[in-house]
Amino acid sequence: MGTPTITAGLTHGTLLRLATAGSVDDGKSTLVGRLLHDTKNVLSDQLAAVERVSRDRGLSATDLALLTDGLRAEREQGITIDVAYRYFATARRSYILADCPGHVQYTRNTVTGSSTADVVVLLTDARKGVLEQTRRHLAVAALLRVPHVIVAVNKIDLVDFSQAVFGQVSRDIRAVATGLGVEHVHAIPTSALTGDNIVEPSLNTPWYEGPSLLELLETLPVDAAGDEPGFRFPVQLVVRPQQAALDPALVDYRGYAGRLVAGRVVVGDEVIAEPSGRRSRVVGIDLGGRELSEARAPQSVTLRLADDIDIARGDTIVSPGLAAEPVKEVSAVLCWLSDESLASRGRYLVKHGSATVQAIVTSVDSRLDLDSLSDVPASGLGLNDIGRVHLRLAKPLPVSDYATSRPGGAFLLVDPASGGTLAAGMVTS
Amino acid sequence: MSTQAIAPDTLAPDIGTPDIGTPDIGTPDIVSTTATADAGRRPAPDAPALTQLDLLEAEGIAVIREIVGESRRPVLLFSGGKDSVVMLHLARKAFWPAPIPFPVLHVDTGHNFPEVLTFRDAEVERLGLRLHVASVQDWIDDGRLAERADGTRNPLQTLPLLDAIESGGFDAVFGGGRRDEEKARAKERIVSLRDEFGQWDPRNQRPELWDLVNARHRPGEHMRVFPLSNWTELDVWRYIERERIALPELYYAHQRQVFRRDAMWFAVGPYSQPRASEVVETRTVRYRTVGDMSCTGAVESDAATAADVVLEVAATTITERGATRGDDRLSEAAMEDRKKEGYF
Repeated sequence: MGTPTITAGLTHGTLLRLATAGSVDDGKSTLVGRLLHDTKNVLSDQLAAVERVSRDRGLSATDLALLTDGLRAEREQGITIDVAYRYFATARRSYILADCPGHVQYTRNTVTGSSTADVVVLLTDARKGVLEQTRRHLAVAALLRVPHVIVAVNKIDLVDFSQAVFGQVSRDIRAVATGLGVEHVHAIPTSALTGDNIVEPSLNTPWYEGPSLLELLETLPVDAAGDEPGFRFPVQLVVRPQQAALDPALVDYRGYAGRLVAGRVVVGDEVIAEPSGRRSRVVGIDLGGRELSEARAPQSVTLRLADDIDIARGDTIVSPGLAAEPVKEVSAVLCWLSDESLASRGRYLVKHGSATVQAIVTSVDSRLDLDSLSDVPASGLGLNDIGRVHLRLAKPLPVSDYATSRPGGAFLLVDPASGGTLAAGMVTS
Repeated sequence: MSTQAIAPDTLAPDIGTPDIGTPDIGTPDIVSTTATADAGRRPAPDAPALTQLDLLEAEGIAVIREIVGESRRPVLLFSGGKDSVVMLHLARKAFWPAPIPFPVLHVDTGHNFPEVLTFRDAEVERLGLRLHVASVQDWIDDGRLAERADGTRNPLQTLPLLDAIESGGFDAVFGGGRRDEEKARAKERIVSLRDEFGQWDPRNQRPELWDLVNARHRPGEHMRVFPLSNWTELDVWRYIERERIALPELYYAHQRQVFRRDAMWFAVGPYSQPRASEVVETRTVRYRTVGDMSCTGAVESDAATAADVVLEVAATTITERGATRGDDRLSEAAMEDRKKEGYF
């Protein structure tokens, strides 16, 4: 066990969020364990624990998948059930890594892990090529618009490091990716078990001239939040302390607490409160008693406005440049995550930003067929289906097309009875 | 909002005693801004980038606010330990200049470090909070719980905690748990559902999509909320250093009478006595975690300030729980088993 360098721990580099995807037994957890181990991010007591368990099971080598498969049922079955979050750092970057399950039954957990990811690392077994889960996870990455997809053609050692096999699998995947509209796909021949092309370039694949997985992760550009033309600020709470103010001078304080989910705001900016459409101007931006002259996504701040207009939790303060006219009719893609099926005319709740409104699914238009990668007619959606629907909302929401704004287009579909999250929704234009 | 959410404008009137005139350590005084004078001017676009700590702080504050917006009666678990102190600091920032709009709850094992309890009470006083205490000792005294053979009381906290949640009518419980602490915690959602028995079902967790919070649940169920989920031990210490957050003294190097057991240093005290073969010596130590005295060990350290601790944590080769917690060594899945039963 090498000592993690202090510079690695104290990095001030960029933060990259990555998620793993791929079919069961493709080696996702082993790859994560290998990445942590070979970047010296496994502490000695953690390694000792997995070495002990590996020995107890009669394994000849340490099973690095045990570093993330933390649940009893996962260890018993040798599979990943839910996302494990791990944190590691190199001299260049800090990483939040979501190790996601491969079983089709746990696809909702892969959607969870991918929804915040900058990069999805999609594994395929070089011997098996493109499987249904490979297609499904690629479709999820495409729908969620994860900025980068890296395909690790794994277990390359089991096909004798064959260039021809790698070429065939990566061509097949690129064809699927193109069909789904994913533009940039990087493919790397890897063996998570033996460490080939994970951190160091492998001597066993002299025909591969690209970067190792880590080299690629270190250099991928990260999009700054807020590529919308203006800013978007869902109001979470109205802060009006009155006589309870921490400072007696602030008994008349009135501010709107929330998080900038897109763009930036500067003191003096004109703003619009949606859905009322009333206009005002920002006169102050507070962060816990400190006054800022500007704020940007994803900061949590409190805005003070020039006018005492009616704004409540669930409203959204936006800049006039933001093309987000509040609407009550929405077309969307749903990624259905519940055992309970979607029925047309069903009544649900939509959570968008800080707003929760009642919604009726007015029509189910189609379902994505993963074999043909085309939309086929459908009357409902079941677990793990991806489909197009129309919704009618009880109150207008200032949504944007998800393709142009993740925070403007992302919503949850919630079961009003149980409170459970039924689907991930993405507004389409 | 169709149900449950408190009317935003009732936020302030709902909340407790004002805490007038006590300056907060981590909260610099208001500084005047130059931009107000010239409203139309936009500052240079190359303003300093947000740091990783800024991002973690923003996420934590957003989660705390959203839960206050969505739940009827939130409560924050506060032990005086560093993670719960950071939680209070974030809550203070989230609602400023209104006071923190929820009470705090401490599950007291009866084996706590006295200096931590003193710190807990001073913080409660300083911030004008309401403190609920669930006492494991009371449960042992009246026979509802029995002392364990090994003397550790950490696993005994679960029932008093669930009882306090139910009797207080709390529907959202904030905790300072972090995913880097332990492999079962690495699996937990930021907003995590507990059924009416307080149980966590790790095989059937609610999807957590983007940064959208869904805290809805059936009556009788409640949510455990972990706004520090994505923080590491190092992030916590860097934040404590940056925000100049006060902590109990035992987090920093001090001299203490200790003895060696299970490769950890234990303090000599009323709840942890050396056995005949264990030699008591005076060492310079500090605590990386603060819990039940009977199962929390110290580490040898010269780190006297938060900056020293940051350097020490960055160079460590062993996890904080591996270094200091006897209760997590009970089995491979000790934490998962406790959590399923309702532990924090």
